[in-house]
Amino acid sequence: MEIPYTVTLRPDTGVYNAKIGIWLFLASEVMLFGGLFSGYVFLRIGAPAWPGMLHGEMYAHASEVLSVPLATLNTFVLIASSVTMVMSWASLMRDDFGKFRMYLSGTIALALVFLVVKGFEYNMKFEHGLFPSESNFLAIYFVLTGLHGLHVIGGIIVNGYLLGPGSKMWHTSRQQFINRIEVAGLYWHFVDLVWIFLFPTIYLM
Amino acid sequence: MSDAAHAVDIDGHVRVYLIVFASLAVLTSATVGVHYLFLPIGPAVTLGLLIAAIKATLVACYFMHLISEKRVVFLVIVISGIFLLGLFLLTMTAIFDQVGGHLVS
Repeated sequence: MEIPYTVTLRPDTGVYNAKIGIWLFLASEVMLFGGLFSGYVFLRIGAPAWPGMLHGEMYAHASEVLSVPLATLNTFVLIASSVTMVMSWASLMRDDFGKFRMYLSGTIALALVFLVVKGFEYNMKFEHGLFPSESNFLAIYFVLTGLHGLHVIGGIIVNGYLLGPGSKMWHTSRQQFINRIEVAGLYWHFVDLVWIFLFPTIYLM
Repeated sequence: MSDAAHAVDIDGHVRVYLIVFASLAVLTSATVGVHYLFLPIGPAVTLGLLIAAIKATLVACYFMHLISEKRVVFLVIVISGIFLLGLFLLTMTAIFDQVGGHLVS
């Protein structure tokens, strides 16, 4: 059975089906992260001090516990990966498959850099005995950044498939492949969007 | 649209992407800069979220192509926004719960 409207626009929505599908998925993601963010705001408002006591020491700013330079670096890395992602789509629109491969490889590489930096950051916390069970602050930090990290891994898997075996579609159904890259890009930009809010709220406030 | 016109159109897109990238980099630096001013919590949160909202708008409008998207996509976004707002409001109302005459918070 042929899947309808993978390339042509559906008359009633005006978009191809995968696009409406990814937007509905992103809407569910908004609620997932929104629930955790609202939990964070609730705990933050109710806390007498934030981050508060950790190992008998009082901390008044999150930046005293978390590494702002590493998080800033990761913010630039993720923004750059969003640009390479959208450039990979633009390359396909220009019929330049070589550039597409270069930009999508760049996106994956930057995503891996993000995870490595995050790994260093987690390791620094663990070395100091800072685990999620220590405080509400650390629990929120690990859950939100951990869930975001899982989304980054998901993006790497999808983009890796589209760069590897999935790219064969370019030779059989070009427009459908371009649409797939656009949909993967929408997901990736959403991951960037989440980090845009995570960075100031967790690290800087 | 002819191939030449199509190529020019994509060139225009690429220029916009690079401008947005530069803007996001500047705004990220501004976010960190504001943090090191060590403002009181109220202005710090307001300014931090304002900059984040501007960055998010840039990403959504240009990288996610919302600036030229169809109505049905906006419908999905608006509905999820309403549910998100409801979720936040419901959570916040819990702050005003009274247990034994004291605020839970």
